[in-house]
Amino acid sequence: MTPIVEINGLSKAYVISHQPKAGYGSLRDDIVNILRRPLQPHITQGASRETVWALDDVSCDVQQGEIFGVIGGNGAGKSTLLKILSRITYPTKGHAILRGRVGSLLEVGTGFHPELTGRENIFLNGAILGIRKQEITRRFDEIVAFSEIERFLDTPVKFYSSGMYVRLAFAVAAHLEPDVLIVDEVLSVGDARFQKKSLGKMGDAATSGTTVLLVSHNMASIESLCTRAMFLEHGQLVEIGPTTKIIEKYLSIASTAASQNLAERTDRQGDGRLRFTSAGLRSGERGQYSDVAQCGQDLEFVAAFTSDSGLKHVNASMAVYTAAGQCLMVLDSEMAGISLGSAPRHGRFSCRIERLPLAPGQYFLNLFCTANGEIVDWVQNAVTFHVEAGDFFGTGKLPSSSHGGLLVPQEWSCDDDDSSGARPSDVTSG
Amino acid sequence: MKLEEIIRPIERDEHPAEVKPMELFIRPEGPLKLDLRELWSYRELFYFFAWRDIKVRYKQTALGALWAMFAPFVTVVVFTVFFNKVAHIKSPNAIPYAIFTYTGLLFWNFFAAALASTSNSMMTNKSVISKIYFPRLIAPFSATIVNMVDFCFAFVLYAALFLFYGVRPGLAGVALLLPMLALTFLAATGLGLFFGALNVRYRDVQFVVPYLISTLLFLTPVIYPITQVPARFQWVLYLNPMTGIIQAMRAGTLHQGAIPWSMFCISLTSIVCMLVFGVYYFLRQERSFADYI
Repeated sequence: MTPIVEINGLSKAYVISHQPKAGYGSLRDDIVNILRRPLQPHITQGASRETVWALDDVSCDVQQGEIFGVIGGNGAGKSTLLKILSRITYPTKGHAILRGRVGSLLEVGTGFHPELTGRENIFLNGAILGIRKQEITRRFDEIVAFSEIERFLDTPVKFYSSGMYVRLAFAVAAHLEPDVLIVDEVLSVGDARFQKKSLGKMGDAATSGTTVLLVSHNMASIESLCTRAMFLEHGQLVEIGPTTKIIEKYLSIASTAASQNLAERTDRQGDGRLRFTSAGLRSGERGQYSDVAQCGQDLEFVAAFTSDSGLKHVNASMAVYTAAGQCLMVLDSEMAGISLGSAPRHGRFSCRIERLPLAPGQYFLNLFCTANGEIVDWVQNAVTFHVEAGDFFGTGKLPSSSHGGLLVPQEWSCDDDDSSGARPSDVTSG
Repeated sequence: MKLEEIIRPIERDEHPAEVKPMELFIRPEGPLKLDLRELWSYRELFYFFAWRDIKVRYKQTALGALWAMFAPFVTVVVFTVFFNKVAHIKSPNAIPYAIFTYTGLLFWNFFAAALASTSNSMMTNKSVISKIYFPRLIAPFSATIVNMVDFCFAFVLYAALFLFYGVRPGLAGVALLLPMLALTFLAATGLGLFFGALNVRYRDVQFVVPYLISTLLFLTPVIYPITQVPARFQWVLYLNPMTGIIQAMRAGTLHQGAIPWSMFCISLTSIVCMLVFGVYYFLRQERSFADYI
């Protein structure tokens, strides 16, 4: 069978110029350079240029009716791939063939105008997505019902809450019926219930024969929706295969990165005035770093660093992610109302928490630090750690691993409403 | 970088039955191609962009579309007071100066507004351009529609001036109205396509265009009659497309002798050149828009 999407050696290069003064290439610079050396290709003076391959020789075939996942870390080339397939940007090398009507959803609510009403935006957004006016008119009620914003249909969307905005935008997009649907991360917005509804809608799309190419950071939605997936890293194709196998591979590589020496990691962002060198968990006053903790333990998250002298107004953050890439909790000095002041040349940030509320499992720690609001260092999946079963509740019991996530101290009661005199209406909601 | 795509669109609604599906071929290189069939298939988007601009234009204003009449009214009063009464610029053949200057101003204002909108159209549609595909030519062309609506309001004022001064418009002028409007549109979009595409890479353009427009006003016989320019230099003024259009309209409506067709051809040539170059430059640049915007 002819594949509906054929990707053949697709590559995209971006030329990045490191100018002394960053910014747009100004017309003046280019004119001066063209005049100075009219016969040579013009290169802005004082700038070194570097070619970055955002996508490097990627090939694959996708069959009709497949929901195909694209996974990879930040900067892996996932979005570049989808942008090329959506014809927003063009490849530098290689080609792709898409057999059928293509609809792309790189953002929900593309082209929404704040001054226009919900009703007007449905038509505008529909036209932008390539849905015919006739088609929107025919399915208008369905779209409105899906969005759950009937009452505000004639209110300008600038007055909408962000949740309403997303629901309306997604409702229009969900009624796009192309042969190939390209979706980038849009499922990560909206509340959980609406996300589920949208996922259901996408599942329907596949059963009706639509081919879906899906990028998401949410491994759970990739796993539940996709039959096959592709793993990209640094613009290159690592592997294509059944979803579960690819996700495993992705997670194992993420933990390999985490086991690397933190000081030597190069996949970090920020201006480097401060660099995290190691991180881990520590219990007790003089304890060693460890990568194992127990549920309910009192402990400290510690991140050691080296920094340039005179780094002021430092704010540190650590975020705990599940192995599936979901952020569970964030520890942040600014959020906690703590001023860390200036950073020493060699030092460590520590954040103490009581009764570790994580269920047993493997977790990743992201480290993030700003000075005066500018990012100085940011390492994702900096370290990995295990949480072992522990007696969090004092009952010896823990939720089963499939109910994982967070442990919360809890108190329960069961009251008899007749004897306590409560009115029956208090309990009818259940 | 030269890139190409070949598309054979089908109307899905018109062929609901089994049809060989269209095939989209994405690759880096190829010749430039102006795909009119594709543009036609995106006509609804053109309509909705224009509709959006019109809807949004006078939101939250007390006077609404009356601004489209009020603004030129103020200009014509100011011009009449300063250029006619103070600076003693006279209109030929005893035509009231207000009507004389407004014949030029009506078309000039549309040209200036349309040039500004098209030059800026890539920026105003930036969020859409970076997220979805559509033939980029749709944006600059649809951006002028709202200016055309303003032109219609301004035209009401034009008619009112004729009634007020009791002047009978020449029939030739009435016949010329639509063709000249179309030529003004082409002149503005031709130039605007070039500036619009250039603006994506060099934001300097957004500062240049307003100055260009205000300077160009003085190189166009709007305020003064062209006869004030020595006859042997007049052809230079006709290189400006608006000179030909305004002179033709004045000759036609204000009974100022024959329409200067030979001179008009200079302006016409200039419009064609601008349009061809504008479209060529735009198409050459459009594939890299998303990388720079």
